[in-house]
Amino acid sequence: MTLALSGKEIASQLEEKFPDSIVESSQDYLVVKNDFLLDVAAFLKNTPGLDFNYLNYVTAIDYYDHFEVVYMLSSLEHNHSLVMKTRCYDRENPVLPSVVSLWQGADFQEREIYDLMGIKFEGHPNMKRIFLWEGFPGHPLRKDYM
Amino acid sequence: MEVSGVRKYIYSDTELDREEGQIIEDLKANSQPTIPDPDQWLDEKPEQNILLTTVDWFINWGRRSSLWPAICFPACCAFELIAANGPRFDLARFGMEILRASPRQADLMITAGTLTWKMAPNVRRIYNQMAEPKWVIAMGACAISGGIFASASYAVVPGYNHIIPVDVYVPGCPPRPEALIYGIQMLQKKIAQKRNVDIGKLVRR
Repeated sequence: MTLALSGKEIASQLEEKFPDSIVESSQDYLVVKNDFLLDVAAFLKNTPGLDFNYLNYVTAIDYYDHFEVVYMLSSLEHNHSLVMKTRCYDRENPVLPSVVSLWQGADFQEREIYDLMGIKFEGHPNMKRIFLWEGFPGHPLRKDYM
Repeated sequence: MEVSGVRKYIYSDTELDREEGQIIEDLKANSQPTIPDPDQWLDEKPEQNILLTTVDWFINWGRRSSLWPAICFPACCAFELIAANGPRFDLARFGMEILRASPRQADLMITAGTLTWKMAPNVRRIYNQMAEPKWVIAMGACAISGGIFASASYAVVPGYNHIIPVDVYVPGCPPRPEALIYGIQMLQKKIAQKRNVDIGKLVRR
């Protein structure tokens, strides 16, 4: 079975490499500042011993005062996994860095998040709606969408 | 134990060969010199083969007895339709077993499933491609009114009749194959009542 790595342990490893990059960490997950997201993701993917070469999914949650984007990472080599999160406090124009350059699988899922939550991913090759049509008003998975 | 070359199998292959040869020889011995084609009917009087009917009835009979559905099954009602097409409920009894892959060869659209606005232009296009005369059966709650998605969803068409004309509504979520077959029979009754020939126009000419 896949071993879920402790967020705390990975966070302490990351703190050494990128000071002030971790907002919060626990046994189950770690929360990264969104300025460091791409650097941290590249580190997790390319560091020997971690090798998170597979992105299971990307999803987003609306907590009214902020959005949380969740990345579920796995290593097919070592058969272990990690949940990485990041937060975005801007509601009018939320922007996050895209991870498509690291994991191709993020392509459609980031477009889905943009479509339904309205979070823009900078550096995405094709940032447009995927389910709904061009001209649809609003982003329907937001809690304040009516 | 040594197996001889002749008795290779549990039966003798030479015996089997002999049996087969005997069957062929029997058929050959009992065959006839050329059996004639039964063509006496060519010389029968034509009066014996005439039925009287109306043009309308004849056209409607042809149309209602060979309804071919176009493939347009966006969601789960499709499985009831597949069941209705299968051997247990056997839609072929009503002359409509062939699901046409091309809408140009179809004259019935069974709209089995929820339709989203994103899919709607494509369904409309399939309908437009079907040749006249054409009919539509709205199958299931979603096709009739949007079903459970009607009031809450921003993405679902609240009934196919917003984009195409519907002839028969079959309620259910999903409807049983029996219900679908009943709906098809209703449509056949509807087609049977259609008037295709305008007698007044013919007489005036």
